[in-house]
Amino acid sequence: MIHKVFTKKEWIRTLEALSDTYKVFVPVKDGNFHTFDILEEGKRPDFDYQNTRLSPKSLVYPQSERMFEYSLDENEPDVNILKVSPKDYSPRAIVGIRPCDAHAFQLVKVNFDNPLYRDPWWVQCFESTTLVGLGCKAPCSTCFCTSVGGGPFSETGLDVLLFDLGDSFLTKALTEKGEKLLEHARGGEDASESLVKDAEQSAEPTSDKISSTVPIDKLKERVVTELFDAPFWKEVAFACINCGACTYICPTCWCFDIQDEVFGKEGDRIRNWDTCMSPLFTFHSSGHNPREDKFQRVRQRFMHKLKYYPDKYNGTVQCSGCGRCVRYCPVNIDIRQVCEMMNNY
Amino acid sequence: MLEYTERIRETAKRLLQEGKAEVFIGYKKGTIPLMNHPVLISDPKGVDLLYWDSNCGLNLCNYLTGRKDKIGIVANGCNSRSIVTHIIENQVRRDQLHIVGIPCTGMIDHRAVMRAVKYREILDVKDDGDKFRVKGNDYEETFEKRGFLQKNCATCTHHNPILYDEMLAEPIEEHEIQDPFKDVEKIEEMGPERKWGFFTRTISRCLRCYACKNACPLCYCPTCFVDESRPQWVGKSIDPTDTMTFHLLRAYHCAGRCTDCGACERVCPMGISMRQFTRKLNKDALDLFSWEAGLHLDKRPPLDVYRTDDYNDFIR
Repeated sequence: MIHKVFTKKEWIRTLEALSDTYKVFVPVKDGNFHTFDILEEGKRPDFDYQNTRLSPKSLVYPQSERMFEYSLDENEPDVNILKVSPKDYSPRAIVGIRPCDAHAFQLVKVNFDNPLYRDPWWVQCFESTTLVGLGCKAPCSTCFCTSVGGGPFSETGLDVLLFDLGDSFLTKALTEKGEKLLEHARGGEDASESLVKDAEQSAEPTSDKISSTVPIDKLKERVVTELFDAPFWKEVAFACINCGACTYICPTCWCFDIQDEVFGKEGDRIRNWDTCMSPLFTFHSSGHNPREDKFQRVRQRFMHKLKYYPDKYNGTVQCSGCGRCVRYCPVNIDIRQVCEMMNNY
Repeated sequence: MLEYTERIRETAKRLLQEGKAEVFIGYKKGTIPLMNHPVLISDPKGVDLLYWDSNCGLNLCNYLTGRKDKIGIVANGCNSRSIVTHIIENQVRRDQLHIVGIPCTGMIDHRAVMRAVKYREILDVKDDGDKFRVKGNDYEETFEKRGFLQKNCATCTHHNPILYDEMLAEPIEEHEIQDPFKDVEKIEEMGPERKWGFFTRTISRCLRCYACKNACPLCYCPTCFVDESRPQWVGKSIDPTDTMTFHLLRAYHCAGRCTDCGACERVCPMGISMRQFTRKLNKDALDLFSWEAGLHLDKRPPLDVYRTDDYNDFIR
């Protein structure tokens, strides 16, 4: 394992040089918030941030993604033939990603990359991406990563972990992918073992700064049908306005809708993020809607994340505890409370 | 504010016990600062959940649509105007409602507070009438509420409920606002290209989550045009044309009906100022028809009447 230490100034130069080999995405200030953007001239990375308002999931799984293109022109030999849209899967790196968001990619991976199905777009994009995480020294009050299998310095799903040492960053390679990226990262000095030890030790107490805890231990043993019929769903759902804010800002929501868009004789088949909060999500062509009522849709979101997912995938919940939905739900429906209700039902 | 909370609880309890209301709709203190949670109470024992402070910016009228029961509801100026609109648009009946009126001193703009504390983590906000105190890990600051009002509250001329069955306190004095549409006039002065650029930038971060439309009490169509699939009226991707189509159509559907309660802007996760669209229409409704939405139970809104003596030639 290579451990290197870069002064913060040097680190920016290193990333700029790294842009020759990788498409480098970094947190940048966008208005009053942060967002991941490609590092290019005129863009200033800002690693002194809590977390981005939107999760970086769109870098691997864009909100709207062209899958196929086709022609409707009868004179063309390939009329009506779907052709895979060309994509760029050259190496890319997301630098400064928070451990919760890296963990989220692992939670999503079981859906897009499993023995039964490998989603060509998600898998190729994810495999070309190196995740360079930045440990959290000052988690938000809404963070609960430690309750759901993560932590402010969790290494799960990361290729490299960065420790902020004040004036410098210490890099710790965690995977082959990570080592390869660090080989390309010019500059820096080899870090002494004691420095690494100090950094790791100083990271430990950060977990105590996570003030929210959410019990998930009994979710798996709950009877699915009983939880489904629990009387609290209507109460939970009352305030919900059925917008898609929670699902779109969530790093682990993966549902999509496929649409054909035609202009003249050229067509595109696009997939767009979809949201289980929308009635259209389950609207059948027959006119029947199995989730006609708001409470059924709200129940679906929580049951999927906190019951169906743990039942299917060994107890972990489909949530990385980033707290975005807690902060941005327009009506303050708090997943921490709903989870507790389900766990203790 | 604590005073109002107590009175809301007492009133709700009385209404539920006396059977004047089968359910009571109000706010509950939120789980995070600057945020409250709409709640429905049906058991008089549950009234202690009810709460009121300057973070009740969601429009409760939203939760009345299509209800058949007898409802008690708290309402400040803009909420009561939305209720009036709901009644004249037949979404709820007047005789179903027991409106508990609140003279409102405006809601706090949570984004302005975050800016003022330089985006440090906010752990607690205490509302104390004219002032409020913000506490974080290693700081505490007190602000004058007057400087932190939501934009719609800063130009509000209807703090007191228009329609109510009982008031929680004496009405407060309404002041005329000098030049309330200054922001709209600035946009009106722009040429077509600048205007288009302005609105394009305004919505450039839109996620199409539809929080704005769903937080709006006016958006109660059984199926919104954005959700129609047979035929489909608007694309589902984040293509700027489709996003603009959504925002423009949403705004036009609110023409002559919007009470500028500010819920749309408040709830947007991306902080988009979509009131810039609806405010222009509010200004037009006022300039062209002398109309402010939600003030009269006995008058039809300008866009749903036809009169043979209309002063416009083209429509007679």
